[in-house]
Amino acid sequence: MNEQVGTDRVKRGMAEMLKGGVIMDVVDAEQAKIAEDAGAVAVMALERVPADIRAQGGVARMSDPEMIAGIMETVSIPVMAKARIGHFGEAQVLQSLGVDYIDESEVLTPADYANHIDKSDFTVPFVCGATNLGEALRRITEGAAMIRSKGEAGTGDVSNAVTHMRKILGEIRKLRSMAEDELFVAAKELQAPYDLVVEVAREGRLPVVLFTAGGIATPADAAMMMQLGADGVFVGSGIFKSGDPKARAEAIVSATRHYDKPEIVAEACRGLGEAMVGINVADLPVHHRLEDRGW
Amino acid sequence: MSGAPFIGVLALQGDVREHVGALTRLGADSAPVRALEQLDACDGLVIPGGESTTMSRLARIDGWFEPLRSLRAAGVPMFGSCAGMIMLADQVLDARPDQETVGGLDVVVRRNAFGRQVDSFEMDVDMPVLGERPFHAVFIRAPWVESVGQGVEVLAEISAGERAGTIVAVRQGPVLATSFHPELTPDDRVHRYFVDMVESRVERSRGSA
Repeated sequence: MNEQVGTDRVKRGMAEMLKGGVIMDVVDAEQAKIAEDAGAVAVMALERVPADIRAQGGVARMSDPEMIAGIMETVSIPVMAKARIGHFGEAQVLQSLGVDYIDESEVLTPADYANHIDKSDFTVPFVCGATNLGEALRRITEGAAMIRSKGEAGTGDVSNAVTHMRKILGEIRKLRSMAEDELFVAAKELQAPYDLVVEVAREGRLPVVLFTAGGIATPADAAMMMQLGADGVFVGSGIFKSGDPKARAEAIVSATRHYDKPEIVAEACRGLGEAMVGINVADLPVHHRLEDRGW
Repeated sequence: MSGAPFIGVLALQGDVREHVGALTRLGADSAPVRALEQLDACDGLVIPGGESTTMSRLARIDGWFEPLRSLRAAGVPMFGSCAGMIMLADQVLDARPDQETVGGLDVVVRRNAFGRQVDSFEMDVDMPVLGERPFHAVFIRAPWVESVGQGVEVLAEISAGERAGTIVAVRQGPVLATSFHPELTPDDRVHRYFVDMVESRVERSRGSA
């Protein structure tokens, strides 16, 4: 048989290789190097980390291809980049650059308030955010090969990441306990395709890797999210908005790997300096919350 | 399951669950190896797919290289897929200069040799030790074997297309390695082959004891 590129297996398989790892937001080659040295499993190249997007406002878009290419040349680990929700034009540009993964991300300003990108059209794999199981399954139907909890990016407040991870995994547990003839209504209520719902009910997990994201700022945050059932961790503003990025990056990698050993997490937390300042999600005006972007 | 050999899967990072799943389906006793002490119990060890730069870094930080080399020196069979192949190779090209490996496999491996993720692919490869039926192989940012030393058996090469002749599976005594990910497909023949390697060693050492 001839060689086939861009298959579901190849796209989902790529995410399987990242399991147990930390993916870090970086804005330049120097930060990318720090991330790789610290043991990051991939980097997310973007112009402004979510905390800065929040602070500065305006329309947040795909990053400058030159910056992304510079990062790709600097590190040997995979490089991801963000496209706006629904912006298939940006996604095409990113694919042509040869990035390893595209994040169709609510952190950027959405380009389409009804449709997401038809991700099955692409050779490059996509990761998408989700706040619940139905949303995750709709993204997978569109071709997403990896899911992350949305959390609330750029806040340093882990509470929404917890809410979303518990929600997704709780809904999976509920499906598992249902009788077969109840899955039709479950699919209707989740607003997700029946076949996918049946698959999740049978396997007891998503058919793709589930990472966590959105507000993870400390090693203990990462360890907790792994214990809740995340396959790995995205850290956005939490590292490079902190007092000592290198030490914090290493500490979060260590805590993610040794998530069930509190004494090692404690060691990782020691003397890290200041965490990012942080915003309580509850203090954010509703229209400033990113979790509601994506449908 | 008394008598089944214990085959650990090194769990620094990567697709550990898939390897444990394949080995368990074959009746082996398998679990992720997350602590150094677990190595003593291993009759065989799998180094899974993952990100080799990261895996090497984590192995160094947590002091895995020497214990892994001792295990290999003791003749315990090891199988590495993709990043695991890189971890077992004596020499790696296109890696960071400080990328350390366990070694033991006298080959030169080129990292990400087929390209980036957009070039990742699946295709059938002939692997005669598994029988006549080709093996459907999944290559993800995969390495290839650039050259092999004496005593290294080539188990599979890409058979058609522009990369025909590229070496993608090798064995040297108790060390087995593939560029591709047999753990991502339901075909368990590569894992069966490895379990057989482990079982025959366990039987031999029982016989001599």
